[in-house]
Formats: sequence, structure tokens, C-alpha cells
Amino acid sequence: MKKVIRNIALFYYNGFKHMPLWGKKMWLIIIIKLLIMFLLLKLFFFPNFLNSNFDSDEEKGNHVLKELTK
Amino acid sequence: MINELVMTTVEWSRAQFALTAMFHYLFVPLTLGLSLMIAIMETLWLKTGNEAWKHATKFWMKLFGINFAIGVSTGIILEFEFGTNWSNYSWFVGDIFGAPLAIEGIMAFFMESTFIAVMFFGWNKVKPKFHLASTWLVFLGSNLSALWILVANAWMQNPVGMYFNPDTARNEMIDFWAVLFSSTAMNKFFHTLLSAYLLSAVFVLGVSSWFILKKRHEGFARKSILIASIFGLSASLMTVYTGDTSSKDISKVQPMKFAAMEGLYEGGKGVPLVVLGQINKNEDDIACCTRSIALPNMLSFLTTYDSEAFIPGIKDIIHGYIDHRGIPHKSLAERIANGKIAVQSLKEYHESKKNGDKEAEATALASFKDNYKDFGYGYLSSPKEAIPNVYLTFYSFRIMVGLGFLFVIQFIISLYLLYKKRWNKYVLWLNLLCIPLAYLATQAGWIVAELGRQPWVIQDLMPTSVASTEIASSAVQITFWLFAILFTTLLTAEIKILVSQIKKGPQES
Repeated sequence: MKKVIRNIALFYYNGFKHMPLWGKKMWLIIIIKLLIMFLLLKLFFFPNFLNSNFDSDEEKGNHVLKELTK
Repeated sequence: MINELVMTTVEWSRAQFALTAMFHYLFVPLTLGLSLMIAIMETLWLKTGNEAWKHATKFWMKLFGINFAIGVSTGIILEFEFGTNWSNYSWFVGDIFGAPLAIEGIMAFFMESTFIAVMFFGWNKVKPKFHLASTWLVFLGSNLSALWILVANAWMQNPVGMYFNPDTARNEMIDFWAVLFSSTAMNKFFHTLLSAYLLSAVFVLGVSSWFILKKRHEGFARKSILIASIFGLSASLMTVYTGDTSSKDISKVQPMKFAAMEGLYEGGKGVPLVVLGQINKNEDDIACCTRSIALPNMLSFLTTYDSEAFIPGIKDIIHGYIDHRGIPHKSLAERIANGKIAVQSLKEYHESKKNGDKEAEATALASFKDNYKDFGYGYLSSPKEAIPNVYLTFYSFRIMVGLGFLFVIQFIISLYLLYKKRWNKYVLWLNLLCIPLAYLATQAGWIVAELGRQPWVIQDLMPTSVASTEIASSAVQITFWLFAILFTTLLTAEIKILVSQIKKGPQES
């Protein structure tokens, strides 16, 4: 089992190590993109409205019901 | 005038969602189709031992990788938007929308991501057959992702297999298979998938034509053109077929969208099919097709296989009609009245429940259930609000269909030239020009699907105006522009990297 895990880890290590330049550029883009999405957009601009304003499912349901029947 | 230009929160939220979805879908179709073409090429390499197929596989795999990397997780932003801008909708749809998306995340995305590593890192490290299996699994994973997303989307167009729980204000799934195998879900899945294959074939054909024009890597280009033309011709013919079955489905479950696609105001028996037309407002101030070149009786025939069948237009849907199967359809005024009763009954149900009035509670609940089918109409103030943007729906539909037929011709000509072993530079340039046109066609298809179903976010049950969160429009505006910048940068990066890698060409050692 240990050997299998080691082989998988080596497989990824070598893969990344010998990655061509275009591959490295792609990974840089992926990392920047994920950082923007999760550390900037999700945290500061996209709070989940119901989760941030209500604690329980009952409260969330009541709020939406109020919205639907006002 | 200024008031007309000021966009509301709902409009900004819609614009933002459209922007995100359209950018996301610039990357998706190439991933779906190119993964299959790569798998075919690699299979041919293993079957024939011809190294040229291996070089072709590696080259297209590289372009697939660039497209995948740029596009990966752009769809997650749509989920952010559900939680922030569309909270009423997110709650209302309950698990029905969440379940397919969760399956997509867990199963398909992880399967795809795992085997992509083998696909790229595994050359000369794993056995060729294992590598091939990984390539096929990447194809399977990406296409399964599409299935779950499209099932969720199809449910919004044709909500089935659920029960609305008036206590929690959520829809609950009662029949998973009805959701998965609804006619709309299956038609949408196959039509979208096949059109993605078509786009990928156009992409491969265009890039390969460029190599022929430049007199570089001609052996590789010919092989790629062969695969792309056969694959593209098959996909485009099947796209035509699934387009036809999708239209039939739309005529049943979304007749207003169907009427908008055709610009049809007054329906009737033996309705012609508009090939080309012009949309203008009529005497009732409703946009519809006023001038056209049309094929007599063809719309009735294509929709029902009866050239004299009745097809309803916008006016018929507003005033109520009896369809070609003899089924009566209520007028929109009646549906609006029923919808208002449903909304009021839901309110009374909760009030009487709170007051402990069991009799009133039961009466309100019964009334709500009787009218739930028209629930969403309760939020409309006039029948005209149920009409989508006819201009965009009508013209986008014709752009999509027209380009679809152009691609069929393109693949046939390319196969013919390949067979004759002679090239025509105008055809090669046309192939190259068709790449952006294929993107235009797929985007036009989504405009028809999504704009054509307005005002509904969930057909007949929830209009878009009720689905959104009450937040400041300025907050949505800021993120709209942030996305516009982010996505434009990503797209620019993709095109730049793709072009530089295409220019390098395949490594034919």
C-alpha cells in the first residue's frame, strides 16, 4: 500500500517537475484564478445571502415565504 | 429617459448571470468534443501503430489542456451568484437543483480531474492501454458533468418529478428518474452535447486548414481533417435531428418560447416555417414576424407531422386555445387569476396555521394545491409580461440554425476535397473563419434557450423578478464589471497561449 502511494506521489512529482513551459503558465493562471475567486470574490463579494442572514432552515424558509407572499 | 436607462437589481443580476454563463460556455463545448476526438485519435494510434496518430493526439491534447485550464471552475461563479443574487430561487428549488449539481461535483468532475493527470503526465509512464483508458475516462467524465448540469437546467424549463412543500417553501424531489429522463432533459443533453462536438470538429478543421494553407505539417493536418470532417458531419446531422426533437418538446412544454422563436403572433392551421424574416411591433404593440420568406405548412408539419395542424401564436396563448391534440389551454388572464389565488392561499395557509385555525388552514391548502400549476402567474400583472424578447429569440434561433446547416455543407466539402486530394484555398480560409462562427452558433443557442423562456426562471412557477435577492444594485454592478475584466483577461490569455501553441505545431519526430 505504501509503495502504491509512493508511486502515485512520484508520478505527480515527476509530472509537475518535467512539465513544459506552457503547462506551467496554465497552472499559474489556474492558481491566480482560484485565488481571485475564493479569496476575493467569494469572501468579499459573494456571501450566501440566506446563510449569512439566518441561522436555521426554518428562518430561511420563513423569509422566502414572506418574499413570495408579500 | 434616464429612468428607462437605470437598471434594477434584477436586471443587473440577470446581466451578470448571462455574462458569466456565456463566458463559461466559451470553454465548455471544446472540452466536451475535443476529449472525444482525442480519444478516437489515440485509439487509432494503438490500433494501427501509426505514430502520426500519436503526434496528432498529443497536439490536440495540448490545446485541450489549455482550454480546460482556462475554463476550469469558471462555472463555480454561477453557484456563487445563486447564493448571493438569487437566494429566493435557490431556496425555492431546494434539492432538485442541488442534487444533480452535487452529483456532478463529486462524480464527474473528480473522475475527469484524476484521469487528466494520467493523460498528461502518463506518456511513457503507464501502459499505453491504461493511458488510452484514462483518455476515454476524461471524455466520459467531462460529458457526464454536462449531463447533470443540463438536467438541472432542463428542470427549470420543464419542472417535473417534484412536490412543493408549503411549510418550508421548497420543492422536494419525489421522482429522481422523472427529473433525469424528462423529455426536456434528454433533448437538451443530446442537442447541447452534439452541438459541442460540432464546434470541436469545426475547431479542429479550422486549425488543420491553417496548417495546409501554411504548407506545414500537411500529413498531420490531413489526418486531423479526416477525423474532424467525419466526426463533424455525423455530429451536425445528429444536431439537426436533436434540434428537431427539441423544438417539438418546446412546442409542448414552452409554447410561448416556441411562438417567440417563430415570431408567430396569430397561429392557425397549416402554419408556414419562416426561413428568413423581420421582427416588428404590430398593431397590438407586440413584436412578431411581419415580413418573411417562408415554407408553406412546414411549421405545422415539422411540429406535429400533420401539415394542417394548429400551431398557437402569441395571441392564441394570451387568449387561450385548443391545441392540435384537442387539449384546451387556459387564457393567460385566467392563469394570472389562478396564480394570484395560489399566492394568496399560501399566505392564508401560514396565517391560519399560526393562529391554530385548522379549518381555514385546510381550505387554504386545498386552494393552494388546486392552483399551484399557475403559481408563477400570480406575480404577473398583465399577459404581456409572459412574452419573452421576441427580437433576440427569433434572430438568435435563425443564426443558430443557419450556421448549423452551413457547417453540414462545410464538412461535406472538406471530405470531398480530402477524397480528391486537392485543396481550395477559399474553402480552407472558410474553415478557419468558421471557428468563431461555431462559437456564435452555440451562444445563439443558449440565448434562445434562456432568453426565450423569460419571464420564467422556473417555467410557470417562478418569474425571474421574484427569484432574486433584495440587495443593492450597485453591489451587483461592481461584480459585473469585475467579472467582465476577469473573463476578458482569461479569454485573452487563452487565445494568446492557444495561438502560440498552434503556431508551434505538432512535434513530428
